[in-house]
Amino acid sequence: MTDPGSLVTLALLLPAATFFLLALAYPLRRRGRAAGIVSLVGAAVALAAALRAWQLQSAEGFTRIVTEWIPQESGSLATVGVLADADSTVMLVLVALVSFLVQLYSLGYLATEPPASLGRYYVYQALFAFSMMGLVLAPGFVQLFICWELVGLCSYLLIGYWYDRPEAARAAVKAFWVTKAGDVGLLVGIVLLWLRAGTFDFLELYDLVRAGQLPIAGLGLVTFCIYLGAVGKSAQFPLHVWLPDAMEGPTPVSALIHAATMVTAGVYLLKRTNWLFALTPDVLVLVGWIGAFTALLAAVLACVQSDIKRVLAYSTVSQLGYMMAAMGAGFAAAGFLHLLTHGIFKALLFLGAGAVIHAVGSNDIYRMGGLRRHMPQTTIVFLVGTLSLAGIPLFGGFFSKEEILGAVWSGGLSVPFWMLVTAAFLTAFYMFRVVFIAFFGVPAAPAPLAQGAPGGHGAPGGGHLHDAPPVMTLPLWLLAVLSVGIGVYFTAHHGEPEFSAPGWLTPLAIAVAVGGIAMAWLTYSRRVISADLLAEIFAPIRRAALARFWLDDLFEGLYRGAVLGLSAAVGWVDRYLVDGVVNVLSAWTLTGGDRLRRMQTGLPQDYVYGLAVGLLLLLIWVQWPR
Amino acid sequence: MPASVSLQGYLILAAVLFAVGLFGVVTRRNTIGILLGIELMLNAVNINLVAFARFNGDPVGMVFTLFTISITVAEVALGLALVILIFRVRRTAIADHLDLLRG
Repeated sequence: MTDPGSLVTLALLLPAATFFLLALAYPLRRRGRAAGIVSLVGAAVALAAALRAWQLQSAEGFTRIVTEWIPQESGSLATVGVLADADSTVMLVLVALVSFLVQLYSLGYLATEPPASLGRYYVYQALFAFSMMGLVLAPGFVQLFICWELVGLCSYLLIGYWYDRPEAARAAVKAFWVTKAGDVGLLVGIVLLWLRAGTFDFLELYDLVRAGQLPIAGLGLVTFCIYLGAVGKSAQFPLHVWLPDAMEGPTPVSALIHAATMVTAGVYLLKRTNWLFALTPDVLVLVGWIGAFTALLAAVLACVQSDIKRVLAYSTVSQLGYMMAAMGAGFAAAGFLHLLTHGIFKALLFLGAGAVIHAVGSNDIYRMGGLRRHMPQTTIVFLVGTLSLAGIPLFGGFFSKEEILGAVWSGGLSVPFWMLVTAAFLTAFYMFRVVFIAFFGVPAAPAPLAQGAPGGHGAPGGGHLHDAPPVMTLPLWLLAVLSVGIGVYFTAHHGEPEFSAPGWLTPLAIAVAVGGIAMAWLTYSRRVISADLLAEIFAPIRRAALARFWLDDLFEGLYRGAVLGLSAAVGWVDRYLVDGVVNVLSAWTLTGGDRLRRMQTGLPQDYVYGLAVGLLLLLIWVQWPR
Repeated sequence: MPASVSLQGYLILAAVLFAVGLFGVVTRRNTIGILLGIELMLNAVNINLVAFARFNGDPVGMVFTLFTISITVAEVALGLALVILIFRVRRTAIADHLDLLRG
């Protein structure tokens, strides 16, 4: 148990054991809190194992423990197991850490849930932790794809945790289908790659690529198909529409799945196979453009939302766009770094928002206001998360965001670069808009209980506002300290990047972030700039953003058009071609039977006549001279 | 028995009788007429049997004819009984009206 391989295997198998234990031990699951504590212990040990493995893992080496799963004549077709290297162990730590903290936080957040539902929740959580770790540690495309689908399933189950609410059920189905659209691309891509390379294994593929034995011609289609899977999972334009709706799930779920881990699986996939994507620069440029466009589009959308979780959801889409842009620029390490820092501070933001929703009983930022006085701890940690996301020096997101900007600039994508800079300004603006409206400003009237909180199901609501119980604030503080710690660490140990960023980049990044904050301060705190005036200036964009750029309508129209059109065509074929053949055959049979029926006159004399003539003919035939 | 009548003569007589009986069976409207026609056809067969027995000097044909005649009697008795039953039920004995089996 001292090498990274066995440690990550332990970390992988613990949540699986927890899942089976909770799923099969019915009385334990019914007890809710007990199930949560069992799951928590498993997650804690898994986190410890992951941390130790990360500590032991060197930057270059790797450990591979696999068993043959699908044998074939020459070697094995597919293997399952773990591949521990620098990337997968650090990602494993992120998954195990956020998973553990979220499970701890959920004990407080979902305290008022019925025990049976809470038990179900922890079964899903354990399954998710196992699937996500399996995805991270996958030694080849087959295991990666299976775990990819499993995390999609867990996402579906957890978004629809309150399945008796129609919006939640609808959002779960939408998330499942939209990501599935991308998954089809991933599956096609994997199979196409196997046709060319004859293996699913990452190491064997890597060796093939290094040896230059993988034919380049037509590889663009393969990488594009694989990228499609990442588009669906990592909510890139135009398949980002599911992520804001996924906020119907419990807030800790949003923090774990829809901010820190599952949605970053697409980025992780591109990082894992960046040597493959490097062979197809055209696809990479597309990845970069779409990433930057997604970042800008989602940032604009986030500016007009009044639901705190939706602001965070669009901000996640936007940050995923950043990561993808760095991947597209060819500097996967920068995007991967942002994935890790973003995982920490976005989980912090979501859990902080969860604490607010838990106290206020509403998602609407205009119903909050003045929370600073009632919830000082939550305000501080939320502010830390916001400053990290905005990219202020010494906070978590500053260094990785600047690195992405530098990567995109060095990658020669100048238009995406300016899109990302605009998005950075908007990021600071919309996050501080939330902060100034919800935490500062005048206290709003308590939300009427009858209104029902979209995300605050089971939250006490209204009444006396106060900070969350320690079981919820502890994860918040831990994540806040980590966010600052990462920021300080990277400022102190400024690693040499793979590219040379221009000198004006750092001042520009800081200026943009501070500018966004100042703009939000002037608009929503000092009220020097009228928010209505801003809305008027940007009226067309605002209208479009409120309508989500009509993308959902477009999809719905396309979906309806395609489904109804196809149904009409299939209906016509069935009604006129398939039924037609059957109808003609049956009509022929009927007329034939009707004609033949008339032979049966029922008159005995006719039969005698027939007999006599037949006998005569037989006799003639027998006697015929031959 | 005049020796001038040859086997062919008997056979021709039987054939003609058979044809007359068949004609009756096919054309008579009345069921009793049809039964009479069947009777004629059977007797044509009897003539054949007797003629062959006589000319071949084999008495088996004669014995066989006796059997045929007795069976014919039974058959006619049964047929007439059926005709009477049908007449009672359907109030008709015309063959053209008895088409219950028409398809």
